[in-house]
Amino acid sequence: MPENKTYIQSFCKIQNNEIILDGASIFKLEPTTFSDFSKKVYQNFGINYSKFFKMDNLSKLAFLGTELLLKNKLDSEEENNIALVFANKSSSLDTDVKYQNSISDPENYFPSPAVFVYTLPNICLGEISIRHQLKSENSFFIFDAFNPVFMINYAKVLLDSKKADKVLCGWVEYYDEEYKAFLYLAAKEGNLEHKTETLLTEYNK
Amino acid sequence: MEALKQELKEKIIDILNLEDVNQEDINDNDPLFGDGLGLDSIDALELIVMLDKDYGIKLVDPKEGKAIFKSIETMAAYIKENRTK
Repeated sequence: MPENKTYIQSFCKIQNNEIILDGASIFKLEPTTFSDFSKKVYQNFGINYSKFFKMDNLSKLAFLGTELLLKNKLDSEEENNIALVFANKSSSLDTDVKYQNSISDPENYFPSPAVFVYTLPNICLGEISIRHQLKSENSFFIFDAFNPVFMINYAKVLLDSKKADKVLCGWVEYYDEEYKAFLYLAAKEGNLEHKTETLLTEYNK
Repeated sequence: MEALKQELKEKIIDILNLEDVNQEDINDNDPLFGDGLGLDSIDALELIVMLDKDYGIKLVDPKEGKAIFKSIETMAAYIKENRTK
């Protein structure tokens, strides 16, 4: 039986005001807020997508990671069948708390529709799909911690069953200014084997 | 009326997170939706909340919004007529 290996084609990590792409630091700021950091990343990489500023922080984090990871890797002529498999620990709690605060006082009850629409973690997958015109499989899972075994197996099933040509896997955690994104593109071809040790090493670096 | 129009431009930019738009970019009669500022349906809901929160105007029929939110000019005229705060 032939070996059915999968590979990591590219990976991106965003943490502590720094972006690391394929192991190399490509952007770094002195300590600042996520709002400031994300805006400067947007400006620095010449991203032109005004809806970015309407997103909640979790979506901004997932959006920026994806933007940098998929840059120059998408076929603009054909439909890109890239599945999205994301996960985190805090779900959309950061936005849930903001929304709750807007409705907690009966005397000052003004729920914001623009905040409410982000009170689900998988909304970030919708934002990515709209941006890159993906009509692919997508799922968002909640785990206590980054779960490489699950990611590897899930991506492998999608690739083996030909549900997707590539799988964008992502850990995107955001709560109260604490954040970490680790995203990577898995496929049937590549140089870096898609295995637990590799993912844990890059995730923890 | 002029002050109200300026106030509305400021609020719209702030509340709807129009990062790359300045007050000077919005003309009083520019359409806010579609080809103008390109606002969407969620923005429309946010404007309805703003009317309630800042001017004490409750829109009972959301369909009314289409005429009210046509431009800064129409919004200001409606608010001037109907505000309770």
